[in-house]
Amino acid sequence: MTLMAIAFYLMAAVTLVAGLLVVTARNPVHSVLYLILAFFSAAGLFVLLGAEFLAMLLIVVYVGAVAVLFLFVVMMLDVDFIKLRQGFANYLAPGAVVAGILAFELIFVGWAVAGRGAAAGNAPQAARPDATNIQTIGLELYTTYAYVFEAAGFVLLVAMIGAIVLTLRHRTYVKRQDIYKQVTRRRKDAVAVVPAKTGEGIQE
Amino acid sequence: MTAVEPMTIGLVHYLTVSAILFTIGVFGIFVNRRNIIIILMSVELILLSVNINFVAFSSYLHNVQGQVMAMFVLTVAAAEAAVGLAILVTFFRNRGDIAVDDASMMKG
Repeated sequence: MTLMAIAFYLMAAVTLVAGLLVVTARNPVHSVLYLILAFFSAAGLFVLLGAEFLAMLLIVVYVGAVAVLFLFVVMMLDVDFIKLRQGFANYLAPGAVVAGILAFELIFVGWAVAGRGAAAGNAPQAARPDATNIQTIGLELYTTYAYVFEAAGFVLLVAMIGAIVLTLRHRTYVKRQDIYKQVTRRRKDAVAVVPAKTGEGIQE
Repeated sequence: MTAVEPMTIGLVHYLTVSAILFTIGVFGIFVNRRNIIIILMSVELILLSVNINFVAFSSYLHNVQGQVMAMFVLTVAAAEAAVGLAILVTFFRNRGDIAVDDASMMKG
């Protein structure tokens, strides 16, 4: 139990410190790397809670896809990030006040209400001790939440189409192959047989 | 309020971590008002804290529905990141900059 506690405090501390560094780092590339660290240690917290499938999903989806997407965009855009940090010091104090109040409220409610609720006395354990975590999730996801699952697929489809439509552009000055134009080209459009008289040539 | 020993990790410990992470996300939106990339990352942090809450309750209530919900949150977060960054790239192409307080083209 003590080892679990040490693991929890380690993961929690790394998650929170990395999260704080995400929002305060000077270089956005460092921010993305700290974001990856935060997701990684949050995945560790999920493992401690017995949600192994979600932990792996977090690593595959967030670290593998979302964070790399962020990294690409940060490195692709040629932006003066120092200029974007103007006003950081101005917003620091009100931001800290609001954040402090919010944190106090959330933690207070968590300890006062959830600490006395039905869940607080329990030990963390799997919903079905006889099945693995992924089996339990699958049984729930493909039965009770089948329609919601389909809707989630549509959300991803719409997001994919939206991202492609937003970023696609046709540059007119780049020469590229137009298959329709090639296939519908006829001889009379391209070639003309003109009788040329000797010594006169062809007039335009 | 039940007595909480520091060496026994209970639900409230996870709720505290989640609350602080949520607060860090809100704080990040406050202090990086001009940098939309950091704002998007802060939103990801907020959604991660929501996921920690879902999974913690799922684990301590012995009910797997919280984990299923966390998966849907993950789906929406991924979609949000993709569309947000696509809008960001388009905005950068049009303006040559990503300062969001100049984004008032549609003010009319």
